Amino acid sequence: MIEVEHLSKSFKVKKRDAGVGAALKSLINPQYTTVEALHDISFNIDEGEIVGYIGPNGAGKSTTIKIISGILVPDSGKCNILGHTPWKSRVNHVKNIGVVFGQRSQLWWDVPVMDSYNLLKDIYKITHKDFRNTLELLTDTLDLSTLLSMPVRQLSLGQRMRCEIAASLLHNPKILFLDEPTIGLDAVSKIAVRNFIKTINKEKKVTVILTTHDMNDIETLAERIILIGKGKILLDGTLTELKNRFATHKTVTVDFAENNAPISIEGTTILSRSDERISLSVALDKIKVSEVISRLSKQFEIIDVTVNSRPIEEIIVDLYKEYQI
Amino acid sequence: MKAYVSLFKMRLLKGLQYRIAAFAGVSTQFFWGFMFIMIFEAFYSSTSNPQPISLTQLIQVVWLQQSFLVFIMLWFRDNELINLITSGNIAYELCRPTDLYRFWYAKLIAQRLSGALLRCFPIIIVATLLPKPYNFTLPPSFTAFILFLITLILGLTLIVTISMLIYISIFYTMSGTGSLLIFGVFGEFFSGLVIPVPLMPEILKKIVYLLPFRYTSDLPFRIYAGNIGLNEAIVSIGVQVVWILILLALGKLWMKKALRRVIVQGG
Repeated sequence: MIEVEHLSKSFKVKKRDAGVGAALKSLINPQYTTVEALHDISFNIDEGEIVGYIGPNGAGKSTTIKIISGILVPDSGKCNILGHTPWKSRVNHVKNIGVVFGQRSQLWWDVPVMDSYNLLKDIYKITHKDFRNTLELLTDTLDLSTLLSMPVRQLSLGQRMRCEIAASLLHNPKILFLDEPTIGLDAVSKIAVRNFIKTINKEKKVTVILTTHDMNDIETLAERIILIGKGKILLDGTLTELKNRFATHKTVTVDFAENNAPISIEGTTILSRSDERISLSVALDKIKVSEVISRLSKQFEIIDVTVNSRPIEEIIVDLYKEYQI
Repeated sequence: MKAYVSLFKMRLLKGLQYRIAAFAGVSTQFFWGFMFIMIFEAFYSSTSNPQPISLTQLIQVVWLQQSFLVFIMLWFRDNELINLITSGNIAYELCRPTDLYRFWYAKLIAQRLSGALLRCFPIIIVATLLPKPYNFTLPPSFTAFILFLITLILGLTLIVTISMLIYISIFYTMSGTGSLLIFGVFGEFFSGLVIPVPLMPEILKKIVYLLPFRYTSDLPFRIYAGNIGLNEAIVSIGVQVVWILILLALGKLWMKKALRRVIVQGG
């Protein structure tokens, strides 16, 4: 459905040091550097997938989204989305896609949300019947009914984001690109947005590509992740694969009746220790968690045990470190 | 086509929201109108030579200039379009299945029309009620009126075609100030909004007639005032159309080129 091959894109960036002197110098002799935003990116995405596209700031996530949604023209490479090359047949391509840029707004600031929707209806040539049906569905699932008659400037960020997402789905696109859709949202709105993405993916078979820095988004939504750093794809696989590969440790925390006997179990390292609590990092390839707990219970009078997997955030940080990005 | 009509409607609604701004605009235009008329009256009373345009005709031109100000001023800008480019919100515009040139064209026409609709009628009505010789009168003939309407609409088309070039240039300069200022000052002078074209020296007149600017305002207004006859008017309509076609082609070509190198600002 989406085929991307050897995509590359570089930007020319004007460079100068801070200060008046440097500003004057750059006026006469501007210095440019070329920044390679994307370098030989290739991937395929099938219908109905939700793909999390992750990477640190400046990795090239948004650039990729902008190229495959037909906004930017790449330096080289091929891309085929539902039979169109985005930057060559932009107008035909964009009919099939919906795009949300979390940091921008597509709604008209001064007028009620509904006016913007009506305009989009005409821009996308949506029939009256289709429009009503889609709008009804979106209003129900995103809880928009009270928002539609309000001017956009009076909406809160969470309300606006829900309206933005609805706006990019009015024309029933087959593919949805979400560039940081949950940025700046509170917990409730985040969950609402996530649930909605899941719903339309299941019910309407919308293919979703989403970039985010929120690993909870990824964990709840994406079966597949593509990790990009410095313009290159570093990892393309399922979340479980990633976890198995990097979640090599678990943390065991035990509360016990006061005891300060020394302890050492092979395959674990002590993270913290007090008279009533110990925290151990367990290397899973050396010792089982149950084994650690039974060894501890022999020595202490255990009150409470918690076992934590490493949060996905930490795994990502490790990944960034491993690839030096 | 429906999209453009609907966009137009949206723009019109937005423009109509700002009633106070329109009222302030109307008052300002009266101030300017009177000032121009007083200057020209002083000029006409100090000369005994016959001038290429009579004071009454000139007064008609002044009132038309003031009522259709947003039709004819190149500096009348659409900040929304400028912000789209400089802030990177153009990303959303490019996600729409529309031709960007036509889309913006519709926006700009709508913006000028909505501005003019609110302002022109109050000015015209009040100016008609003024005592002679300062009042606004009917055109010399019905034909002149029809020609005025045709040239006015073509003039609006032409000015938007010119201003499209300003907006496209912002893709390169990232600021509208420079282009707007240069085009604004040049345009204003060469369309006879500072010194009326008939009062210009011969050599300057020749230059003015070679440029597109006077066909946006000087032409329709002088037709209304009866300073330009039927034959010249018909030839000038041809010139207007040619200019529109040339600048349209240029703008579309440039836009296509600009979009190939567009950079979405701000990540």
